[in-house]
Amino acid sequence: MATKRIGKQTVKLQNPPSIIATACIVGPKEGEGPLRLYFDEIIDDELFGEKTWEKAESKLMRETFAKVLKKANKTAEDIDYIIAGDLLNQCLAANFGLRESEVPFFGVYGACSTMAESMSIGSMLVDGNFADNVVCLTSSHFCSAEKQFRFPLELGTQRPPTAQWTVTGSGGAVISNKGNGPYITHITTGKIVDMGIKDVNNMGAAMAPAAMDTIVTHFMDTGFTPEDYDLIVTGDLGAVGKEICDELTREQGYNISKVYNDCGLMIYDRQKQDTHAGGSGCGCSATVFAGFIYKKLLEGVINKVLFVATGALLSTTSSQQGESIPCIAHAVSISNTIS
Amino acid sequence: MQKTLTKKEYQKYVDEKSPNSKVLRNVVRAFVVGGTICIIGQFISNLLKMKGLGQDETASLTSILMISIGALLTGLNVYDDIGRFAGAGSIVPITGFANSIVSPAMEFKSEGYVMGVGAKMFVIAGPVLVYGISASVIAGIIHFLLR
Repeated sequence: MATKRIGKQTVKLQNPPSIIATACIVGPKEGEGPLRLYFDEIIDDELFGEKTWEKAESKLMRETFAKVLKKANKTAEDIDYIIAGDLLNQCLAANFGLRESEVPFFGVYGACSTMAESMSIGSMLVDGNFADNVVCLTSSHFCSAEKQFRFPLELGTQRPPTAQWTVTGSGGAVISNKGNGPYITHITTGKIVDMGIKDVNNMGAAMAPAAMDTIVTHFMDTGFTPEDYDLIVTGDLGAVGKEICDELTREQGYNISKVYNDCGLMIYDRQKQDTHAGGSGCGCSATVFAGFIYKKLLEGVINKVLFVATGALLSTTSSQQGESIPCIAHAVSISNTIS
Repeated sequence: MQKTLTKKEYQKYVDEKSPNSKVLRNVVRAFVVGGTICIIGQFISNLLKMKGLGQDETASLTSILMISIGALLTGLNVYDDIGRFAGAGSIVPITGFANSIVSPAMEFKSEGYVMGVGAKMFVIAGPVLVYGISASVIAGIIHFLLR
């Protein structure tokens, strides 16, 4: 009998692990955005001194891993597992970026939900006494994502207003059984939700029902209400998806408007930076969490956060074959106190 | 749980929620930029004719020069900015065709000259060529039969 499960999809951690450090590195465009002061490093060249976009993204991941270890005052030997993934085929950035890490490695793919997915698995490993320290890590890169999912960079095309901009950046966190918080207290694992949206230029709308489903399920499983949270933040729904998620959640009887935000809207100034509906990509929620949200938790400006990273689980093949977009959202409840 | 939307209802709801492209603005921009590209082409054509070139040579050389300009602007990372502003205005003219071939060639150079540049160069222009040439063959056959 699983003693730590509550409700349909939620786990209540009995020995809530702490997030003892986070680190993030972002690209030049993110470095011009409203959160620029919160990022650990801003690279000024999207190639990051490498020859290809893929190598640049791998390096982002590798450097973020080094940075987060340093900030946690740990070495690679202290880490029991790395759980990491990214958007590129076969999780190229994680597998190649971390191949010299010498740490047991789980590769995960949850599209842009990967940060919450890896934190979910990581905190369960720590809570279950399978590990003392786990590093959760993810990245995305505008150029490598465009190359894989859309068009060559230099092709002169127009984006529709619902399109989003893939964040160049990598974020990571060290989850440990020793520490004084912020604690990961609950995990609500999302299920795949597909409401039939086929438009790859409107991922926010495709992902919004998955986000709503996970948020509502989290409330029902835990008995929490929106008032219990200082911040409920989705990963990369953007302007269109955020509004839809807000409305759908309200229709289910939970009004989250007052505390609700979206990482895709936080990372860019949409008017000035021409990012249309907002940011997206694994790196979007990862860098906003590691850079901004974690620091606000440490400062005590906010004390309880529901971090809901959202992912569109499509492939280029599936969309060419006319398939709709299956989506997922994973929620991690983080608190400065253990109730 | 309250009422949940069916897929059809959700699609309708999303369509209402999603902002549409600014069609009028895009049409005006496409007209101005597309027109400008054509004026430049016409200018080159007139210049060549003034230099004493015949009709056929002028047409060929004008196309070659416009393609070169499109390719050069793509290589200088300028054509994508023009395209973001102009939309169809810079896609439809022959400079856009050059852009659609040069941009994947640049992008996939990292996979080498055979599997990268060679294999991926026509990834965007390819369908245009296939169906453009097929259509012209069919038109040619019809023309031949009706003659």
